[in-house]
Amino acid sequence: MPGLLGKKLGMTSVFLPDGKSVPVTVIEAGPCPVYAIRTKEKDGYAAVQLGFGEKKEKRTAKAQLTVFSKSGLKPPGLLREFKNFNGDDYKIGDSISVEIFQEGDSVKVTGMSKGKGFQGVMRRHGFGGVGGTTHGQSDRLRAPGSIGSSSDPSKVFKGTKMAGRTGYERVTSGKLKVVKIIPEKNIIMVKGAVPGSINSFLEINK
Amino acid sequence: MDKIQEILKEQLRTDFPGFKTGDRIRVHVRVIEGDKERIQPFEGDVISIRGSASDKTFTVRKISSGVGVERIFNYNSPKIAKIDVVKEGKVRRAKLYYLRNLSGKAARIKDKNVQ
Repeated sequence: MPGLLGKKLGMTSVFLPDGKSVPVTVIEAGPCPVYAIRTKEKDGYAAVQLGFGEKKEKRTAKAQLTVFSKSGLKPPGLLREFKNFNGDDYKIGDSISVEIFQEGDSVKVTGMSKGKGFQGVMRRHGFGGVGGTTHGQSDRLRAPGSIGSSSDPSKVFKGTKMAGRTGYERVTSGKLKVVKIIPEKNIIMVKGAVPGSINSFLEINK
Repeated sequence: MDKIQEILKEQLRTDFPGFKTGDRIRVHVRVIEGDKERIQPFEGDVISIRGSASDKTFTVRKISSGVGVERIFNYNSPKIAKIDVVKEGKVRRAKLYYLRNLSGKAARIKDKNVQ
């Protein structure tokens, strides 16, 4: 199952040949140069390391720069390993484009979701809130309710769902259908929404 | 966003006559029944045009056997075969939602070309 790296450009809708309008996310994906090849003999697993985008040299770790200088590649904005590429078919410096996908394929798209800030339990964990405003009760509509028992166990268990920072976590959307591919412009369109904001990096897995 | 619009340029429709809010138009819609395709016209007043480029839509309102019927079309939809402008209307607003509260004679739109 090969994959590719890309950047989210935004959402729109396109028309299929039968006239149906489909909501799509437009992703600028590739061309991704191969930065490294992991082999079973040497590394214990097989994978291909792909890069996407650009990063200033002064923002790159010196250790990484040394590795890149050996292959003559520029520091990438995002570097990820993909398993299940046949490592023998590629060598360092090869470029992989959107043509590895086909229209109609089902893909998984992974990215960092939008940060939502400090959110309550209803938004963060889907709690229902506590009751209504009768029987003298007020200010409890969006409250979490009880967070534990009394003197036994005398503590709040670790991992209890509470309010806090929400979003900006790694999220994968699965089973997204590839609607259209434009190889000349390195564009891939998938049906539906994908995680993250516009211009954020994405990993696309077949 | 500009990059997206550039990609979508090829699916934009440019073959329609210019029409404005208040005009009476006839939209020829492609209807697929089984494996046959036929054209079904929908004639009414344009009460709203919104959006731009690939996201443009317009609303057509007509009175069908006493009941108001509104249909929202995607301007760039390949399902629209043709658009005819039947009458140009003279209106002072971009959105004619007030027509929904009017009926009969009051719900008419003045013809632009009649003095």
